[in-house]
Amino acid sequence: MLRKLARWIDDRLGTSRFVEESLNKIFPDHWAFLLGEIALYSFVVLVLTGTFLTFFFTPSLTQHIYHGTYAPLHGVKVSDAYNSVVNLSFQVRAGLVMRQTHHWAALVFIAAMVVHLCRIYFTGAFRRPREINWMIGVTMLLLGIFNGFSGYSLPDDLLSGTGVRIMYSVLLSVPIVGTWLAFLIFGGDYPSTSIVSRLFVLHVMIVPAALAAMIGAHLAIIWRQKHTQFRGPGKREDNVVGPRLWPTYAFNSIGLFFGVFAVCTALGGLIQINPVWLYGPYNPSQVTSPAQPDWFMGWLEGALRIFPNFEPHIFGWVIPNVFFPAVLLPGVTFMLLYAWPFIEAKVSGDYGPHHLLDDARDRPVRTALGAATLSFYVMLFLAASNDILAKSFNVPVGNITWTFRGLVLGVPPLVGLFVHRVMRALQRDDPRRFTELPLEAVTEGD
Amino acid sequence: MRPPSGRIGCALTLSIFASIGLTIVYALGGQTQLEGLLLFVALGGIAVALVGWAHNFLPKGPFEQSREERMAKPVAETEAEESFEAGADVVGRRYFLVRMLGLAVAALGAAAVFPVRSLGTRPGRSLSVTSWRTGRRLVTEDGRPIKAADVIEGTLLTVFPEGHTDAMDSQTILVRLPQQIVKPLPGREDWSPDGIIAFSKVCTHAGCPVGLYNEESHRLFCPCHQSVFDVLKAAKPIAGPANRALPQLPIRVDTGGYLVARSDFHEPIGPSFWSIDHA
Repeated sequence: MLRKLARWIDDRLGTSRFVEESLNKIFPDHWAFLLGEIALYSFVVLVLTGTFLTFFFTPSLTQHIYHGTYAPLHGVKVSDAYNSVVNLSFQVRAGLVMRQTHHWAALVFIAAMVVHLCRIYFTGAFRRPREINWMIGVTMLLLGIFNGFSGYSLPDDLLSGTGVRIMYSVLLSVPIVGTWLAFLIFGGDYPSTSIVSRLFVLHVMIVPAALAAMIGAHLAIIWRQKHTQFRGPGKREDNVVGPRLWPTYAFNSIGLFFGVFAVCTALGGLIQINPVWLYGPYNPSQVTSPAQPDWFMGWLEGALRIFPNFEPHIFGWVIPNVFFPAVLLPGVTFMLLYAWPFIEAKVSGDYGPHHLLDDARDRPVRTALGAATLSFYVMLFLAASNDILAKSFNVPVGNITWTFRGLVLGVPPLVGLFVHRVMRALQRDDPRRFTELPLEAVTEGD
Repeated sequence: MRPPSGRIGCALTLSIFASIGLTIVYALGGQTQLEGLLLFVALGGIAVALVGWAHNFLPKGPFEQSREERMAKPVAETEAEESFEAGADVVGRRYFLVRMLGLAVAALGAAAVFPVRSLGTRPGRSLSVTSWRTGRRLVTEDGRPIKAADVIEGTLLTVFPEGHTDAMDSQTILVRLPQQIVKPLPGREDWSPDGIIAFSKVCTHAGCPVGLYNEESHRLFCPCHQSVFDVLKAAKPIAGPANRALPQLPIRVDTGGYLVARSDFHEPIGPSFWSIDHA
């Protein structure tokens, strides 16, 4: 039956040659090559659970009094959006597990992309001919972060509403066009009644469609260029070694999909996330304290908190403080990410194609730069918890802020130097693993 | 130790039972934690089975394939170029029409940008004015007017202009200081009757409500990014990222004993923007 159908299709489309080639396609095997797949599969989980959520969510900021089943909110003024999220959590069967799985999958999605990006960076997989795929990947990270932000902003709760307010201020801070930018995106002066419906269209349609298209391109390019592989016996620049797509790789990969899905549902069912009914509905004159955004916004939040109160007036025009941490910093971050393959090629003079991956120790400078950069963002991320740290250790928050200003500038060079030494020592003494490296080899240096 | 096929069978059996369990839980009204667990087992069972299957029974190779070099294929590239140029030459002969076509597309593109303007209202002066007007009473969020005696030392009161309790740019905080420590700025001597002083509640950093007050130090804190404002120094920022003082609302006591605004704020409230000095 299946065979008959296949023959029928082949008669009309001539697909059998492509299918034959595809089934026999070889994929190099390494656990680190699964990171991108985890991102892909959590995206699938997001689409599946998100579609369910759209059937119940009302993207409207019309206000009314809450009369649902959650007693503590009775009589409270809420928006349609907030109301529908509380209802889909408590009144829709399986609604809460879907919503929490969706939120967890979003955290996993962005985390997997970040770790995948690190893998690509530290193994040099971004080099020619893979610069295009690197840039597509960076774009997907950008879209993923945007959609994470727009997604958790939709419920119009007190925590996310504050985030949307900050987003307005960030748009406002752009030199020259900021005022118009904020007014066009929000529909007018803050607070706006249209921002949730606008974010909703972007969140459920435009951005997912763009992501899906880019995932398609990302995979098609991998398909065309064939996957990179680590150095090893029998592995050369001009071959690919590994299992075939059918059946081995397919079984493992689809198994991974079910595994990712399983973990997301377990998190969604067992670990509470974003309990908007506890935060309460958004009210611009109130705020939760402490207030932390989702993890992927942490670096920006930390930057907003520790950037000094610098606000230059130039010929009567002002560059608002938030412009530097919230527009310039992410702008430079993503520009550098996009440009990295070309910067490295220019600096190293290596414009040739590469299909064999680097070991991190083979490129001490690249590895050290990467580690230093990562530590910079980790410090910013940690700085986003300055209020919590102040409370836990009973220290004035100002002291913590100053400490982080020091750490953000001081830690990256130290990490860079240390990692550079370790990589050089690994190269020189050539133990197979980092854990086998004698301590003296690092302390002695070259 | 069970043979691999046994283990795979086990995983699939567990998955089947979990799926059946899931339908039962759903039919009984649903339970979030159980749903999560059962989904985990149902999906995880299939995951374990597939990976175990691949690991134990499927050919792992390694197989080898050659990676055809697509970097240097001058022939194909030249052919593509030639094909394109052959067509382009025919088109390019109509020099005038090509120009007109370009112009038409550009004009259409420019015209298509204009609807962007429909997205929002003109900013105008809306960032410079709030709903405060001369003589407008200060009311709580639920609309209750406030007498000077209602403002208790050491607490923070959020007020709005009467009839405009949803005007979020007008949200204002009231604090009462002991009369002897109030040191008004020049020109603001009659802005704080009975030691009651009013500041915009919108943080001048990123617009969060400045909601925390320490009565001992007379400092206001913004919980979002930890800016600190000193009430004794006209809400000047003394720590954190904020750069501008919280604008002060001039207030007085009217003949009925209620607190009213003397005027709107004298400067834009909230976060800074490019043209704030001209606003």
